[in-house]
Amino acid sequence: MKLHEYQSKQIFARYGIPIPKGKVATTAEDARNIATELGGRVVIKSQVLVGGRGKAGGIRVAKDPRDAEDIATQILAMEIKGLPVRKVLVDEAASISKEIYLGITNDRAARKPVMMASSAGGVEIEEVARTSPEKIIKEHIDPLLGFKDYQSRDIAIAIDLPKQHWKLFNQIATGLWHAYQDSDATLAEINPLVITEDNRLIALDGKMLLDDNALFRHSDLSELRDLDIEAPSEIEARKYGLSFIKLDGNIGCMVNGAGLAMTTMDIIKLFGGEPANFLDIGGGAGSDKVAAAMRIILTDPNVKTVLLNIFGGITRCDEVARGILFALEEVKPKVPMVVRLVGTNADEGRKLLSDANMITADTLANAAQKAVDAVNSVKAGR
Amino acid sequence: MSILINKNTRLIVHGITGNEGLFHTTQMVLYGTNVVAGMTPGKGGEWVIDGKIPVFDSVKVAVDATGANTSCIFVPARFAADSIYEAADAGISLIVCITEGIPVQDMMRVRNYLDQKRVRLVGPNCPGLLTPGEAKVGIIPGNIAIPGNVGVVSRSGTLTYEVLYALMILDRGVSTCVGIGGDPINGTNFIDTLAMFEDDPQTEKVVMIGEIGGTDEEKAAEYISSQMTKPVVSFIAGQTAPPGKRMGHAGAIVEGGSGLAVDKIKALKNAGVKVATHPEEIPSLLF
Repeated sequence: MKLHEYQSKQIFARYGIPIPKGKVATTAEDARNIATELGGRVVIKSQVLVGGRGKAGGIRVAKDPRDAEDIATQILAMEIKGLPVRKVLVDEAASISKEIYLGITNDRAARKPVMMASSAGGVEIEEVARTSPEKIIKEHIDPLLGFKDYQSRDIAIAIDLPKQHWKLFNQIATGLWHAYQDSDATLAEINPLVITEDNRLIALDGKMLLDDNALFRHSDLSELRDLDIEAPSEIEARKYGLSFIKLDGNIGCMVNGAGLAMTTMDIIKLFGGEPANFLDIGGGAGSDKVAAAMRIILTDPNVKTVLLNIFGGITRCDEVARGILFALEEVKPKVPMVVRLVGTNADEGRKLLSDANMITADTLANAAQKAVDAVNSVKAGR
Repeated sequence: MSILINKNTRLIVHGITGNEGLFHTTQMVLYGTNVVAGMTPGKGGEWVIDGKIPVFDSVKVAVDATGANTSCIFVPARFAADSIYEAADAGISLIVCITEGIPVQDMMRVRNYLDQKRVRLVGPNCPGLLTPGEAKVGIIPGNIAIPGNVGVVSRSGTLTYEVLYALMILDRGVSTCVGIGGDPINGTNFIDTLAMFEDDPQTEKVVMIGEIGGTDEEKAAEYISSQMTKPVVSFIAGQTAPPGKRMGHAGAIVEGGSGLAVDKIKALKNAGVKVATHPEEIPSLLF
C-alpha cells in the first residue's frame, strides 16, 4: 500500500524528522489561506500516487497567497498519469544548498533491511543506481539488533556530510529506521533531504510503501489507503479475498493458485491470445467465492471468452463447479466458457457442468488453444 | 533415499485443531506420515484423529514427550512467526510453514534468528514437502505423484501439482517434491534444495519451477553451471506479468526492471538448463 507524501511526512515528523511547515488543501481557497498563514513563498504539491509529479507540472512555487490560489486552482484541475489531483500540499518554500537521498527498503537477497544514502539526492534514485551506482552508499541493518549510531556516522562520512550536521543526521536516520519498522514499511524514503542555505536539515519530500500483509496490526494506517490507484474491480475482488489484477486482453481467467494463474496467462499468450486479467481464487475456495470471481471477470466488457483452470488440491472441483453454476444463473454470461478441471473431485465437477454448455479441456495447452479459438470465432461473428 | 522427509520423520502439527490443520493432518496420516503430536495453545490434553494424536499446549513439552523432529505450521499469519521461534527453540530441526501472508519484517527477523540456530525452514507460503510412498508434510495432494528419480523444487503450489501430475501420467516418479514458497523472504531457496538433490543418490534429474520476482533463479543458474552434475529442466511463470503488480504471491513482482522472467530464462539457458515454454512440456525435456 502506498502512502501520499503528506501522510509519509506526518509519520516522519512523529519520529523527530524535521519537515517543512505546511498543510493539505482540497480547495484553492484553503491553499490561499494556508499560504497566508505560512507567509512568504510556498510550494504547491499535488498529492497523487505516481512518480514524475514535478515534470507533469504538479509541483510549483507560488510567490504570494494570491499566486498560491491561482496555482492550486490549476493543479487541482489536473490529472497526472490518469489520476485526478484531489489534494495539494502547501509547504513553506526552502532555499536549498544541497540535496541528499536517504531511504530504507527490504533487501530481498540479503534478507535484511538496507539503508541507502547518496549525496546525489533530488533525482530518481533508480536513475543514479543505473548511471553511477558508486554514488549510492548501502548499509545493511540487522533486523534483530536494529539500526546503530555508528552506522549513521559511517553513512554521514561516506556522503561527505559536514560534521556540524552529524548529530541531526543521526536523529533523522534513526527516526527513519523506527518509522520504517513501526509501520511495517517496505520502503521509507526521504528524497530530497536538504541542507538549507541557513544550514538546517529538512525532509522536503517523503514516500512510504507499507506491507499489505502487516496491515492487520496497523488499523490506523490501513485507513489511509487511496482507492484512486486501484481499478474498481480490484477493490471488489479484495473484499472477497480474491487476488485480481486487470489486464488489457479479452480472455478472462479464473485459476486457483498464483503460480498457475500466471502460467495460464502465459500459455494463453503463447497460443496467440491476450489475457484480460490475473485471478487467483486461492486455496479451498467455496462456491460463493467462485461466483464473485465470475461476476468480477464478466464486468469487464473486453472479455470475449472465459477460461477456468482449476487444479484441485485443497480446492475441490465439485465445489468450484457449484460456484460456476451459481454464477451462471445469476449473471447469465453471453461469452463462451472453456473449463478444465483436474485433481480432487474432478469427475464430480465435470458431471455437474455437463449440462451447462461449456467447452471442456483436458490439458492446459488444450484449454488455452480452445479459449483462443473461441475468441477468434466470437470475433468472426460465428 | 530422498531429501528432508522420509519414513523416519516424526511430525508435530502446529494449529492441528483448526479447520485446515485438522483436514490436512488427516490427509498426512492417511498417506502414512508419522504424525506424533499436535499443538494448539489451550487445547493441551485433547486427542484428535480418532483419539490417535495427542495435542499439547507447548512444542517443548510435545518434543520431550513424543520425540518430534519436524514441525508443520498451519497457524494464522499473525501468530506464525511466534510459532516458528517456538519450534526452533524446542529443538525441532526442520520446520515447514504453510501459512500465507506473514509480514515481511517478521520473516526477516525469523530468517536471521534461524540462521544463527542452524535450523532449516521450508516456506512460508508453500505447499510443503512430499516424498512419494514415504511421507508428506503439508498440503501437496498425495495421489498425484509416484516414487521415482526426479527431484522437484518450486516457488509455486498448484503449478507444482500440474508438473507432478504431468509426470505421473507418463509413469515418471519423483524422489522428493519441495515447495519453497512464494514469499520474498523464505527459509530454503533453490540453491539449498538443488544441493540436496545433487547429493541424493535417488535423485537423477531435477525440475526447478521459478517465477518472476527476485534473483534466486539467476543465482540458481550460476550454481547449476558451476556445481551440478545432474540435468535440470526448468519453467518460469509470469512471462506476461505487468511490472509493478504483485501477482498473488508476495514475492512475485517485477520491480525496477529486476525479477523479469526473460532474464531468468536467459540465465538458465546459458547455464545449460532446458527451459520449457509451458509446464506440460517438462516431461518431454526430461526424458
